[in-house]
Amino acid sequence: MNLTEEEKQIFCEVADTKKDGVFEIPEGAYNFRVNGKAVSRNSTDNINIKTKKSNSGLEIYVKENTKNEQVHIPVAISTTGIKETVYNDFYIGENAEITIIAGCGIYNCGPTDSVHDGIHRFFVGKNAKITYIEKHYGFGQGRGGKILNPTTELHLDKGSEAELIMEQIKGVDSTIRKTTATLEKNAKLIVKERLMTHGRQTAESIYCVELNGEDSTTTIASRSVAQDLSKQTFRSKIIGNNKCRGHSECDAIIMDEAKVSAIPSLDANCVDAELIHEAAIGKIAGEQIIKLMTLGLTRQEAESRVINGFLR
Amino acid sequence: MLELENISYEVKKGGSKTKVLDSISLKIETGSFVVITGPNGSGKSTLAQILMGIKAPTEGEIILDEKNITKSSITERAKNGMTFSFQQPVKFKGIYVYDLLNISSGELISEDEAKKYLKKVGLKPEEYLLREVNGKLSGGELKRIEIASVLARKGKILIFDEPEAGIDLWSFENLVRIFKNLKSEKKTTIIISHQERILKIADEIIILENGKIKSKNTPEKILPEILNKKEAKT
Repeated sequence: MNLTEEEKQIFCEVADTKKDGVFEIPEGAYNFRVNGKAVSRNSTDNINIKTKKSNSGLEIYVKENTKNEQVHIPVAISTTGIKETVYNDFYIGENAEITIIAGCGIYNCGPTDSVHDGIHRFFVGKNAKITYIEKHYGFGQGRGGKILNPTTELHLDKGSEAELIMEQIKGVDSTIRKTTATLEKNAKLIVKERLMTHGRQTAESIYCVELNGEDSTTTIASRSVAQDLSKQTFRSKIIGNNKCRGHSECDAIIMDEAKVSAIPSLDANCVDAELIHEAAIGKIAGEQIIKLMTLGLTRQEAESRVINGFLR
Repeated sequence: MLELENISYEVKKGGSKTKVLDSISLKIETGSFVVITGPNGSGKSTLAQILMGIKAPTEGEIILDEKNITKSSITERAKNGMTFSFQQPVKFKGIYVYDLLNISSGELISEDEAKKYLKKVGLKPEEYLLREVNGKLSGGELKRIEIASVLARKGKILIFDEPEAGIDLWSFENLVRIFKNLKSEKKTTIIISHQERILKIADEIIILENGKIKSKNTPEKILPEILNKKEAKT
């Protein structure tokens, strides 16, 4: 696989492909996509990656009872002006337990916007467990925007579990992140979102989770930092259609002249639905900075330490 | 030696100015163990914060080893070996006890070394090392972690603002032991406290009242005065 230094940097940042400081192709199943084309692919006995026939994207089939395997499907855009929409569908067999490492990075040093819209659908079989790690990252000094719009759609069958770890590290100019999920009996969804915006970036996170099955549960925890003139909006909706538990939590640090909106909502359609939402927006607590300064950090170092911890 | 020369601190209250500290002058010898006590509102915590640079005095100067540090930042004072234990420990999201001890030490310390500091303050290290320094910990636990972070700093001047606040009796025994050790190690220690057992360890007790030094002396000479007052009140 021939990659430029920028593409390697993207994969190291978003797909955890760095070993001893150098890019390395991961073990297991993978599909590396660069500038709209698959550049390297590997399927395993248990995980089969196929090109979609209907439109651009992949179909990924994970056999039932597959354990402790990983799938890497990172995307890099390093040419200015690329605009793509990719549809990836994951079919996770019953009782499988796997980790999916997605993520996309854009290097744009040109005049035209580069856009990646990734639409991921997950069909998680009975009692299967997935951990989905998605990181987004942008860099390059061109005037063209680095735009990433991920859509994640989950269908969790009985007793299945999904943990989504979604991070926007830095450098993404604009993003609209949509996540929807339907949960059957005893299914569980955990979302950990970490978001950082700076400059004039905008980010909108939209979650809609339907708890349809008895004893289905979800926790959506979003932590974000908005710096400079950036704008963030967090919208979450949990719908309880059965005896279920849902918890949504949005915690944001606002800095400089940034703007943050948190709009959580809950719909209970069953008397046994227990739904909670919490939202907090505030600046870095002054005493946190002072405490770290008493331990020898400068104000800037202290601020950075607080932010890094918060987004951990 | 740490010297305070005519330190005053004023705050504005409803258009008028109130003196929280009024011309405090003090000399704290290197290696001495000083306890500052006095009624609530006498200016003890303000004085401690001024020493660390958290608050700036309205008037006066602070001299550390013949160097004027009045305008030095908190960071500069910390780098000069001053360290501070907060009365209300600060909570963090995403910073773990081990992180805090590493930051305090100014370098990456081993887990074993970090555990030693937790043990010193009476915490089971393995239960706390990888916990977040957040609101899920009780006030007493946070306080002990706060004190551990000060010990890990290995400063040359240690300032504690009411270290006994929020600490249970069993942990208090540990605290007294820590202070006795600091005294035997000849660490310059300045403690804001109301606790008789901490007062007894002092080389010198300073009583503040209405922002002024009311008296200062050895525990033998000054404690009877304080204790008689307490008895008279009860």
